[in-house]
Amino acid sequence: MVEEEKNLRVVRCGGSELNFRRAVFSADSKYIFCVSGDFIKVYSTATEECVHILQGHRQLVTGIQLNPNNHLQLYSCSFDGTIKLWDYIDGILIKTFIVGRKLHALFTLACAEDSVFVIINKEKPDIFQLVSLKLPRSSSQEIEAKELSFVLDYINQSPKCIAFGNEGQYVAAVRDFYLSVYFFKKKTTSRFTLSSSRNKKHAKNNFTCVACHPKEDCIATGHKDGKIRLWRNFDDEKKYTYTCLHWHHDLVMDLAFSVTGSSLLSGGRESVLVEWREATEKNKEFLPRLGAAIVHISVSPAGDLFCTSHSDNKIIIIHRNLEASAVIQGLVKDSNIFTGLMIDPRTKALVLNGKPGHLQFYSLQSDKQLYNLDIIQQEYINDYGLIQIELTKAAFGCYGSWLATVEQRQEKETELELQMKLWMYNKKTQGFVLNTKINMPHEDHITDLCFCNAEKSENPTLVTASRDGHFKVWILTDDSDIYRKAVGWTCDFVGSYHKYQATNCCFSEDGSLLAVSFEEIVTIWDSETWELKCTFCQRAGKIRHLCFGRLTCSKYLLGATENGILCCWNLLSCALEWSAKLSVRVMEPDPNSENVAAVSQSPVGSDLFVFKPSEPRPLYIQKNISREEVQWGVFVPRDVPESFTSEAYQWLNRSQFYFLTKSQSLLTFSTTSPEEKLTPTSKQLLAEESLPTTPFYFILGKHRQQQQDEKLNKALENELVQLPLTENIPAISELLQTPAHVLPSASFLCSMFVNSLLLSTKTESAEEVPDDADMEEEKESDDSDEENNFTEEVQDTNTTDLGEDIIHQLSKSEEKELRKLRKVDYSWIAAL
Amino acid sequence: MLAAGEEGIVDSPGMGEFKVHRVRFFNYVPSGIRCVAYNDQSNRLAVSRTDGTVEIYNLSANYFQEKFFSGHESRATEALCWAKGQRLFSAGLNGEIIEYDLQALNIKYAMDAFGGPIWSMAASPSGSQLLVGCEDGSVKLFQVTPEKIQFERNFDRQKSRILSLSWHPSGTHVAAGSIDYISVFDVKSENWLMDSFGDETDFNLLGSAIHKMLVDRQYMGVSKRKCIIWGVAFLSDGTVISVDSAGKVQFWDSATGTLVKNHLIANADVQSIAVSDQEDSFVVGTAEGTVFHFQLVSVTSNSSEKQWVRTKPFQHHTHDVRAVAHSPTALISGGTDTHLVIRPLMEKVEVKNYDAALRKITFPHRRLVSCAKKRQLLLFQFAHHLELWRLGSTVATGKNGDTLPLSKDADHLLHLKAKVSKMPAFLRSALQILFSEDSTKLFVASNQGSLHVIRLLEGSFKHLHTFQPQSGERLLLTGHGREFSLTDVPFFPNETSVVGGTVESMCLLAVSPDGNWLAASGTSAGVHVYSVKHLKLHCTVPAYNFPVTALAIAPNTNNLVIAHSDQQVFEYSIPDKQYTEWSRTIQKQGFHHLWLQRDTPITHISFHPKRPMHILLHDAYMFCIIDKSLPLPNDKTLLYNPLPPTNESDVIRRRTAHAFKISKIYKPLLFMELLDERTLVAVERPLDDIIAQLPPPIKKKKFGT
Repeated sequence: MVEEEKNLRVVRCGGSELNFRRAVFSADSKYIFCVSGDFIKVYSTATEECVHILQGHRQLVTGIQLNPNNHLQLYSCSFDGTIKLWDYIDGILIKTFIVGRKLHALFTLACAEDSVFVIINKEKPDIFQLVSLKLPRSSSQEIEAKELSFVLDYINQSPKCIAFGNEGQYVAAVRDFYLSVYFFKKKTTSRFTLSSSRNKKHAKNNFTCVACHPKEDCIATGHKDGKIRLWRNFDDEKKYTYTCLHWHHDLVMDLAFSVTGSSLLSGGRESVLVEWREATEKNKEFLPRLGAAIVHISVSPAGDLFCTSHSDNKIIIIHRNLEASAVIQGLVKDSNIFTGLMIDPRTKALVLNGKPGHLQFYSLQSDKQLYNLDIIQQEYINDYGLIQIELTKAAFGCYGSWLATVEQRQEKETELELQMKLWMYNKKTQGFVLNTKINMPHEDHITDLCFCNAEKSENPTLVTASRDGHFKVWILTDDSDIYRKAVGWTCDFVGSYHKYQATNCCFSEDGSLLAVSFEEIVTIWDSETWELKCTFCQRAGKIRHLCFGRLTCSKYLLGATENGILCCWNLLSCALEWSAKLSVRVMEPDPNSENVAAVSQSPVGSDLFVFKPSEPRPLYIQKNISREEVQWGVFVPRDVPESFTSEAYQWLNRSQFYFLTKSQSLLTFSTTSPEEKLTPTSKQLLAEESLPTTPFYFILGKHRQQQQDEKLNKALENELVQLPLTENIPAISELLQTPAHVLPSASFLCSMFVNSLLLSTKTESAEEVPDDADMEEEKESDDSDEENNFTEEVQDTNTTDLGEDIIHQLSKSEEKELRKLRKVDYSWIAAL
Repeated sequence: MLAAGEEGIVDSPGMGEFKVHRVRFFNYVPSGIRCVAYNDQSNRLAVSRTDGTVEIYNLSANYFQEKFFSGHESRATEALCWAKGQRLFSAGLNGEIIEYDLQALNIKYAMDAFGGPIWSMAASPSGSQLLVGCEDGSVKLFQVTPEKIQFERNFDRQKSRILSLSWHPSGTHVAAGSIDYISVFDVKSENWLMDSFGDETDFNLLGSAIHKMLVDRQYMGVSKRKCIIWGVAFLSDGTVISVDSAGKVQFWDSATGTLVKNHLIANADVQSIAVSDQEDSFVVGTAEGTVFHFQLVSVTSNSSEKQWVRTKPFQHHTHDVRAVAHSPTALISGGTDTHLVIRPLMEKVEVKNYDAALRKITFPHRRLVSCAKKRQLLLFQFAHHLELWRLGSTVATGKNGDTLPLSKDADHLLHLKAKVSKMPAFLRSALQILFSEDSTKLFVASNQGSLHVIRLLEGSFKHLHTFQPQSGERLLLTGHGREFSLTDVPFFPNETSVVGGTVESMCLLAVSPDGNWLAASGTSAGVHVYSVKHLKLHCTVPAYNFPVTALAIAPNTNNLVIAHSDQQVFEYSIPDKQYTEWSRTIQKQGFHHLWLQRDTPITHISFHPKRPMHILLHDAYMFCIIDKSLPLPNDKTLLYNPLPPTNESDVIRRRTAHAFKISKIYKPLLFMELLDERTLVAVERPLDDIIAQLPPPIKKKKFGT
């Protein structure tokens, strides 16, 4: 996607699906991995925080699996045709295997040491094969792996439809109406077909997913009609038998056996996790109300956790006793986006439709959902064909202290249910509280609403435009009664223009003017007196977008029409300043500058134009930013302004432009390469933070640093020989911070490590602070003789036995100090 | 009170129009099935019903119900078993053990066990011993002697009734299910063997411990109710499987008396269990109407460890499944909803053929309806009474397919209750009676294999002749009268129990319309044709492998038409003593495969008075007219041609026409007969009407309702 030399590129900026594939637990259940677009995210199961983002794939990551031979490593495969091996604790890419074919899924087996299984497609797009891929051993970073051996043909591309059983003795695959089982030893395939006749009873017999029992020869398959079948005796095509479990009323989306095989987990659209104990129909447990359809289920290898991925881009980590313990929520992309993209002025979070009936606040920086605001506040009934209440409009006002939302439901042409809600930000609860609910604010659909965001405006003002031909001005008034002090919103003014439908409304930056478009005509109203000031009419089709210029360009009004004309009026001269032929889909003014971004749609793709209203010449044009239609866009102010000198990119200095395409991928512009961007926030070793308090822990300097001050005086008095701070010793930091797999052998390291600890060089320097390595001794500090003896011994060994070795490995400064040490007079010890 | 006979007009293919009396007032309700017992030596299945009726099905002969013992209210059976080869015993709540004579088709003897109502009975694996469990908690051992059974001894009495019994395959131990516990005891030492759970007092002084396995009473979280052990099964490895009223299937180790595994399978009682001979699968039936199959499958393909796994559930019943059986190739179940369901195990069936199809047997394979043509009367045979009805009539006319309004409703003329009154000895043991066409003679098939010919006079009768079975051959019962006179008709055979020897009874009689010939058939032998005029055996139709299901002699030609249970139809010319040319042709060519795949036997054959080439026959699901003048269908032609569309040209109709004209409008069809040339009577018994008369099933919540 790199379009220009200076690397202004369209990049995906998070918000990718977390539920694309089953999440994978680390062996100790501390981390959970999930694919997210081109990246793999490593989350901590305890804190829900993203610990690492493993990036390196150039296309969608399609599968991840732990390396069965080293559970600290992770394999991933991607559409870019590579399999990568990661050290997930450090976030390091270890190896890349280049396969050169689109890989759709990845499976690993403990018994197949040097090979993995992948799903590839043949020439025809929908014929998929499961093949075993030999991973050659080599020390180089990039290795070609081309040795494919065919296992199963005509399979479903989803990895849910493949399962390996009984320590890899067989693999089961389901597709449409049949189950195929391939036995690796016998090299035979058994195929079992369910009746697919068109009659009602068997109409939904299709297989949807498969799982294999970890201990027994038992295959569980999920079906479209909600049944789960447990197959046994399938090594004999005649004697096979199966039993049915039926609770789900809609298709079974995923199945998983617990680690011991004692229970089977299933989930589907009901949003209920069902645990079938002993695989019997009567013995089942439920975890209901999970919020959205369960798409994937995975089980941690340690057996203490489950996790479910949901259709609303959420991962729930669940304890073995069916209690949800953590929720990792990404950008919800479940429903239609009606509200467009907004920025919450307080949190700088992106705000848009979330779960049905909710507004989601999504943090662009940390790529996670901050919170959900339940707008409709009604139980959502998940069923086909139901006409739901939709949250259609939302707007922030007064620097985030007010939020207006509009919801509507229309079952029939004449039965419109409309509700407008105004929410006030409560500083105490740090959230929005419903202030005013207005039923039927208009007779017909509300087409637009906007707050007056002028700094000087003393009274919050909201304008709604509706298809019923009116626009209404709502103001905040005192609603106090004898019981409490309160404020509420009431209608202040109703305006109309020749019974035309009001389509857009917009306040000027200073709030003095209100522009309302009535189909083809733009009207300008004085916001003080609500007097019609003037009208503009270009007869170029209905106005689709309307906005005032800002800062130096505030005398301009921009309007984009359906017929593909962009007009700019001068409010001072009341004349058309310029117009351009541009089919504008999205027009967004930058709140921090005069710039306006417009995205136009052409048959090839969407083009971006950035311009100032005062100049008809665009500042910047980027063609073909997306192949799809761009539906919404927004400028997000930067926390730290960039300083692009190039004129073309100056528009990105203070704000960043995000846009959402029809398939709901959230994209933005970036000048940096992906490797630089989104660097992991902490490069620190996790091990250091999570170390239990063992003697080893005390050796590592942290603890000592904490106690430095307390012990300072005492230690100075004692003048003991102290162990050095580990931070200052390269040997120790090197040992502890280098990934295990690149370290030399332990025997080699041992002497170096011990030596570095024994070195007491720093004791000489006056500024050296004592530590508590001798804490035990210090507790019984009256016995100072022992201490001295102890230190002496240490020094003896140091100087005599290992002296030679150390010198070679010491830095120059240390060597110097060592030399000093030798000259020190220890005769005082003898006096004791 | 009863559904009136509807009348309509139907165009029977190729035969012009008929006015059809569509009779639905035959209020027949079969009794619920109480026990089934499978005998693998003869591949026969004995079924007993709640009214005491016992039926024998021949599984090798297309599941034909070949024998039948009518029941009595006082003889409700609770247990049924085969012993000593092919001897059939039943026991019931009247406290008697009954042995049935399968040749003479009557009760051989009844013997009181003196233990109160009998709840369970089991024959030892060798078949030489019979064990019954009684109401008073006693278990009694009987020795099966060649002629009778002989009481041998009592086992230790238990506290409550013994509801189920099962022998260990070695014959050394027996498991007995009671209320709340299962006991296992040693047959030789008579001592209860099991580990005792709690009840130390039950230890026997003789040294062997009395062991009981207490069953958890818990029922859906409530433990108030008693837990009834409805069935037990003792496997050769010492495992005891029990099914109980709390919906559990439990596996016990009989050596230690411990519960090994528990399957909760139903919210209601599990009422029956049957284990296959190989002990690799068993079947249980529940009060919810579900039958569950359990199989012993290996845990992994490369280990010898095996475990019992519940596999497929079958829901073929709406009511309690009171009895199940496990034949080598099929699961058999029956219950309160009166159906006998045979569900073949696909993995055991070699080829996918007719045997692999599910069968549901609802109606008896006999004719329960007789018809007086001239008087337009119908006689319905019920288990314990007879009803006589006069058909309604109509004056209206209409087009093909119209339903005509009744001008006169059907009349219920007579209701005859069965009672044993004074009657000649030969009539008392009659299995089948038949009047001649002119009502002057009565033919009686007695249970001794002999046929009596009686001349009827005003108010009295005269015994004319007895055809004796020849050299071990036998004759017997059931026929259809041309016309009924309203005398006492004891359809209900015998209270007497005599008859020794091996004479097989005759079940089917047919007389020629001119009264000269009498044909009789038993369950296995061929059909004997007697000359009534000369009172001697005329000829014997060569024996065929499958039992005869219907017989009739055609007027004028005196051709005997025989239908067998494998759906073959033969035509045998009595005067010529050989099969007719048509019969040879059809045997050479073979019947259409769909014809052979029908699963109910032909129960009635009749003839068109004016068209000698036509044979009318029907089973429960179709009515067929065989036109011998037309070409036979081969496997490529459509057997079930729909009613010929009237707009089609005659040429096409003629080209597609074949000998079998089949109508499936009326089903289930219990009887169909030609009253005259243009009038048919069809007796239907819709299944919904039967279900409506059954007790309500256990209510189950259905999702979405």
